[in-house]
Amino acid sequence: MTTTTERVRTREGGPRRLPAAWRLGFHRGALEIKQFFRLRDQVVFTFAFPIVFLFLFASIFSDDVTGAGVTASQLYVPAMMAAGIMTTSFQSLGISIAIERDEKVLRRLRGTPMPPAAYFIGKIWLVLVTGFLETVILLLVGITFYDVELPSDAMRWLDFGWIFLLGLTACALLGIAISSVPKTGKSATSVVVLPFLVLQFISGVYISIGTIPDWMLDISAVFPLKWMCQGLRGVFLPESAQVLEQAGSWEFGRIALVLGAWCVGGLLLCLLTFRWKTRRDG
Amino acid sequence: MTAHANELAVDVRGLRKQYGDITAVDGIDLGIRQGEVFGLLGPNGAGKSTTVEILQGNRSRDAGEVSVLGTDPVNATRAWRSRVGIVWQDESAPPELTVGETVRHFARYYPRPRDPEEVIGLVGLEQKTGSRIKALSGGQRRRLDVALGVIGGPDLLLLDEPTTGFDPAARRQFWELIRRLADEGTTILLTTHYLEEAEALADRLAVIARGLVVAEGEPAELRDRFGTEAVVGWTDSDGSPRTERTGTPTRTVAELMHRFDGEIPGLRVARPTLEDVYLRLTGQEGTR
Repeated sequence: MTTTTERVRTREGGPRRLPAAWRLGFHRGALEIKQFFRLRDQVVFTFAFPIVFLFLFASIFSDDVTGAGVTASQLYVPAMMAAGIMTTSFQSLGISIAIERDEKVLRRLRGTPMPPAAYFIGKIWLVLVTGFLETVILLLVGITFYDVELPSDAMRWLDFGWIFLLGLTACALLGIAISSVPKTGKSATSVVVLPFLVLQFISGVYISIGTIPDWMLDISAVFPLKWMCQGLRGVFLPESAQVLEQAGSWEFGRIALVLGAWCVGGLLLCLLTFRWKTRRDG
Repeated sequence: MTAHANELAVDVRGLRKQYGDITAVDGIDLGIRQGEVFGLLGPNGAGKSTTVEILQGNRSRDAGEVSVLGTDPVNATRAWRSRVGIVWQDESAPPELTVGETVRHFARYYPRPRDPEEVIGLVGLEQKTGSRIKALSGGQRRRLDVALGVIGGPDLLLLDEPTTGFDPAARRQFWELIRRLADEGTTILLTTHYLEEAEALADRLAVIARGLVVAEGEPAELRDRFGTEAVVGWTDSDGSPRTERTGTPTRTVAELMHRFDGEIPGLRVARPTLEDVYLRLTGQEGTR
């Protein structure tokens, strides 16, 4: 077929090209963000959780940590930022996608010519915006109340950038994967929150690394959260605080490796396990 | 890709689907022509939804051949999905968005969408364009579901029990909407367990029961074919009402004339309605 006939057919109303996935993903992202912010209790629940916990822990435990040149409060700020990133990505996606599947929102989308990638791209936009907002809020609280200082070294900001992006992506993919586990939307919260809570305890979000038994740390080292906490401590705490780490250093290279591996592994897990329908629907 | 005018829009042969020990669809054949409104009529659990879900490409089948717009739904592509509109049995539109936002957004998924404002007007929701979906009534949400089903300008529209739970006025409005879409040339497959609905809308219909097509044809044709027996009713001399089912009502009336010697008290002769035919075909006779 020649280009001329092609053009004529288009003018006569022949087949037009299907819209590109990335463009639809962008529009879906805008729609997801709109929906998210219109559900006020969801906004409050998602954002307030890490902030409330930061206030509680950083206010209760505020003594100087011997030999590290930091206060316990300061230690909590990066840890809660990491937990905040995981809340906005892993927890909120794990729960909301399970509910969307149960309420057949996913099945409806599957019945349209929307490419599946557009759905996931939309979720990534949502998580980028909410995760960024959460991180900024926690950082502002840390600076205002708990003596955290913004790094002056541009390299540290670069580290922050990739830790944020890799951590957020890994956790978002894990959230999408876990959304297939609960049988109904109603059970989603418990299924998602329990493992997340356990992970926060053994990854040193609530309790300092030094008090957690080694075997627990070995388990948490398999998952992204521990490394996100460690990386953010490396960005926002003075070098002297490195002595508190398990390895005695920030281990940025290793962090990049683990988070990067989770991005790839999480993507594979999603591709293998994602379901558009509930198990009941076959 | 484009189906020819003489090709069937939906062609199903020997369709079977089993859930564990339960056979939902037990060898169904269906042929739906381009541009017709086809009613799939049957009681709950007869296999209607399973059949439609297989046609949508949303459920696997155990056996049989299925062609929808010339394609097996198992191999559904984006291009195929853009030609098939679906109106789901249960609502799932995002409650926090407005009618306008939702319809305009869904229009983006399609290569040649209809004008969103026009579609909103078509389903009679122009007053509700700016309302959140959670604020709509049940009937309004169903109309939004139809809007989302037709926004892509489909060649085939699959509606699964679209008016369940409607009040009579809302049902009439909905019928008007379906007729308007049919007039535009859309091929429509509609499942329902309301007989009057099938009779009012469908050019042809298939009655299914226990996973099988028990009758197929135009509504009037079905009535003539399966409704040969008439019911003769009268009041007996002791005052009790009597009815008799018969293939020869004239003879019965003649006999009664003879017995009563003239005027027969409370005489009525009724040809079976489509409903009687339907209840008999689906084995539900005497349940109402």
